[in-house]
Amino acid sequence: MIELIQRAILEENLALVFFLGMCTFLAVSQRLETAIGVGIALIVVQSVTVPANYLIQTFLLTEGAWAWAGLPEVDLTFLRFIVFIGVIAAVVQILEMSLDRYAPALHGALGIFLPLLAVHCAVLGGSLFMVERRYDFAESVAYGVGSGIGWALAIVAFAAIRERLRYSDIPSGLQGLGAAFIVTGLMSMGFSAFVGVRLP
Amino acid sequence: MARHDFRNILEPILDRNPITLQILGICSVLAVTTSLATSLTMSAALTFTAATSSLLVSILRNHIPPSIRLVIQLTIIASLVIVIDQLLRAYAWGISQRLSIFVGLIITNCIVLGRAEGFAMRNPPLPAFLDGLGNGLGYSLILLVIGTIRELLGTGRLLGYAVLRTVDTGGWFQPLGLMLLAPSAFFIIALLIWALRTWKPEQVEEPEFRLRTTEGRKSA
Repeated sequence: MIELIQRAILEENLALVFFLGMCTFLAVSQRLETAIGVGIALIVVQSVTVPANYLIQTFLLTEGAWAWAGLPEVDLTFLRFIVFIGVIAAVVQILEMSLDRYAPALHGALGIFLPLLAVHCAVLGGSLFMVERRYDFAESVAYGVGSGIGWALAIVAFAAIRERLRYSDIPSGLQGLGAAFIVTGLMSMGFSAFVGVRLP
Repeated sequence: MARHDFRNILEPILDRNPITLQILGICSVLAVTTSLATSLTMSAALTFTAATSSLLVSILRNHIPPSIRLVIQLTIIASLVIVIDQLLRAYAWGISQRLSIFVGLIITNCIVLGRAEGFAMRNPPLPAFLDGLGNGLGYSLILLVIGTIRELLGTGRLLGYAVLRTVDTGGWFQPLGLMLLAPSAFFIIALLIWALRTWKPEQVEEPEFRLRTTEGRKSA
């Protein structure tokens, strides 16, 4: 289990190895504080949606899931995308409302980032990976938390680098987006060094 | 077809390319470009989704209540993606396995939703369709360029046919393994952006802080 989390954070980092959530990754990494905000919001959303989608996948969508209702031949797996995106949007909405009600301070800090995560490749991608790799419930919880932390780690590190980068002399064509891509590439190379790292 | 209709197609391809200028839809650009075949499939799938979803959203735009418009747009896009996914599974199983989750991720591709929300909601069906098509093609262009570079330099093949004879088979070309790994995609796209902005300087971003020149420091 620990190994799965560690692999999701470092070796199979959603942002740097699978390139998920790149739009947000590049768009909201101008300041370190906002990057931390998005990162935490993503960890929360990811740890809720991946297990939630696991339950839906297992009890409603897989072949034979409707056997209890006398419909053993029903196979709804083709509805996966539309159901997952609905679940993610609903979870994000519920999370936003309950934060607003019970933790206004946290809502103030994370509120603006939450709607952003409703259509976020890393969130949907995490759920789809969970299905593709056939995780069980415990593994899907671990994978949700781990992949969320991995993405957050990547964006926070990237934002920190980008803040320093602001004062450097970059060729005009590479200014902004170009330099951001090169830095991400170097970070991705750095993260590939974690491949094969195993905790004793 | 009127002149401005053509502009709807042509403009997003080079002048307002969704990838290099608007930073939209980058996830899949980087992930599926390890070979040209996957890039082609992905380009076709995305262009189809972008054009069709823009068309459908534009047809329905006067009937969509503003408060739930995102949900409706997502439903339309997700339904189209399901169709594509089922087609790929039925007729191109191998490619569909290699694209793994990235077909599904067309749903969250910002280009598709961005065009539906930003253009199709306010324009009649034909321009909306062409705008979606243009943005899809702009995306495809970048995808195919990167796919070609990565497959050619990474394996010496194109679409599976040997173009450069590799050392293993008695040729001269030593495949660059790095091209098949994640980081190369970032570097290639950065170089592409650099090239495009050198050619079209109006796309260059202003630096946040100007460096002072040595003359400036002397006078200060």
